[in-house]
Amino acid sequence: MADLHKLTISELSEKLAAGDCTSVDIVNDVLASIEANDGSVGAYLTLNAEDALAQAEAADERRAAGEKLPMLGIPVAIKDLLNVKGQPCTCSSKILEGYTAPYDATVIAKLREAGAILLGRVNMDEFAMGSSTENAALGKTSNPWNLDHVPGGSSGGSAACVAADEAIASLGSDTGGSIRQPAAFCGCVGVKPTYGRVSRFGLTAFASSLDQIGPITKTVKDSAILMEAICGHDPMDSSSIEMDVPAFGEKLTADTSLAGMKLGLPKEYFVEGMDPEVEQSVRDAVEHCRNLGAEIVDVSLPNAKYAIAVYYIIATAEASANLARFDGIRYGRRIDGKDPADLYGKTRSAGFGPEVKRRIILGTYVLSSGYYDAYYKKAQKVRTLIRNDFTEAFKQCDAILAPVTPTPAYKKGDKTDDPLKMYLDDILTTPINLAGNCALSLPCGFASNGLPIGLQIIGDAFQEDTILKVGHAYEQTTEWHTRKPEL
Amino acid sequence: MSEENNGIDVGYVAKLACIDLTEEEKELFHGQLDQVLHYVEQLNELDVSDVEPTAHAIPVFNVFRKDEVGTSLNHQEVIANFPSAADGHVRVPKIIDQ
Repeated sequence: MADLHKLTISELSEKLAAGDCTSVDIVNDVLASIEANDGSVGAYLTLNAEDALAQAEAADERRAAGEKLPMLGIPVAIKDLLNVKGQPCTCSSKILEGYTAPYDATVIAKLREAGAILLGRVNMDEFAMGSSTENAALGKTSNPWNLDHVPGGSSGGSAACVAADEAIASLGSDTGGSIRQPAAFCGCVGVKPTYGRVSRFGLTAFASSLDQIGPITKTVKDSAILMEAICGHDPMDSSSIEMDVPAFGEKLTADTSLAGMKLGLPKEYFVEGMDPEVEQSVRDAVEHCRNLGAEIVDVSLPNAKYAIAVYYIIATAEASANLARFDGIRYGRRIDGKDPADLYGKTRSAGFGPEVKRRIILGTYVLSSGYYDAYYKKAQKVRTLIRNDFTEAFKQCDAILAPVTPTPAYKKGDKTDDPLKMYLDDILTTPINLAGNCALSLPCGFASNGLPIGLQIIGDAFQEDTILKVGHAYEQTTEWHTRKPEL
Repeated sequence: MSEENNGIDVGYVAKLACIDLTEEEKELFHGQLDQVLHYVEQLNELDVSDVEPTAHAIPVFNVFRKDEVGTSLNHQEVIANFPSAADGHVRVPKIIDQ
């Protein structure tokens, strides 16, 4: 291996442009890294080396013909809930075993257009329901920094493969923190774009009003480059916003001054029970941003404490409707029954794992007659209050700094028997999805046990430029992102 | 939301959701979901009678394309995903007895 797999998108893009390497070289290096490490990390569910190399050859031909796109020839891993024509799309669920996608998701079509190499499909919590990737029915994924610990979730495979240099970048999805939390646990950068910024066409839906596809990368600049490739209006998605895509990557320069910027610090985000090392690392990061010229202002998000309650009503309600399509009739697994109702019940019982069943049942309950107003409608009203909090906060600041998670990555099995305990871990990420804002997570330190700690930078709707600028400035003046796990 | 949660009838709701559950699952989920429902009772602290609900973070409207014939999914590729097929159609259990 020539260590190409350890480089970033921007570094490889420069090498490719200079003729110092080919896309085939990069893919071969990444495949060797997967071969060496994925036995212990377990990020990949499916990998087609032959196809990846064929794509790399095609990318090299495009480059030889004069194309210079920044993603051209860069291998990207795909979370297993995005449809890629001709490939399986299981959502890490037994109910979708045997399904082959007959079309490309819009983000996949955009990646192909950009010349990226679709490397393989990575593990996740079943139907994106979970925070540790322990709810995966088809594989087990470990945190590359400590194999006894979880990689986070639901995009655990997407974060683990990037942290382990088994991909240059990956795509994940974030419904309540599923990009930012695993990115924080694995020491990567993860961006949850503003709702409507990235098309959801071809994403297997969990909660339609919350889901957003986004990048997980090694640096903030790489996230910006990948964002540029996947953002943009899509007539196939009614929630896609008609708005020009900024040149996110080009705007990140060597200038790391934050002079003139106001960064908010919400007191409610330093929650009871937060690991002291996490709190200290985040507070140190805030001081670092102050030293870069930013003014730090106190802001308040008083209704953030209700986010988990609101989230687990709204998300499960939407999931119960979205997952009704998995009935054993048109695709996936089927357990025969004496009539359709018998078939549905048996198929969904055998096909869904316990967490998915739990959430569908909870969602069905909160939408059922007599409970709709009491649970679902009330949750939607509190969602308004959470949104209003952010609207008020952004009148006082350009971006908000906060922790991503109350603790670093925990040991496997620590929370599997207590769903509510695991749900509460999402307290710092879910408010952003409910409000529809953008946010990113990037490394800001390490706990004494060697596990990464993440800083969350939250922006107002469609202010990705701002959070990327702050993140880039912080990253370029610290060394956390340069550390690698020992595998 | 009730002032006092009387507990969820897991078996009944699972039937609505078309999921067969074992007795063990019913018992396990009953305890876990009651815990979650008890947790969300905290929303009762808030008076939201004058607050408009938010269904989406951004306004979402129906999007209509032009009424023009376009390409559709490949028929054979769609059929290939059917768990059971015959003569280009999906096979399902009999619904009405002759």
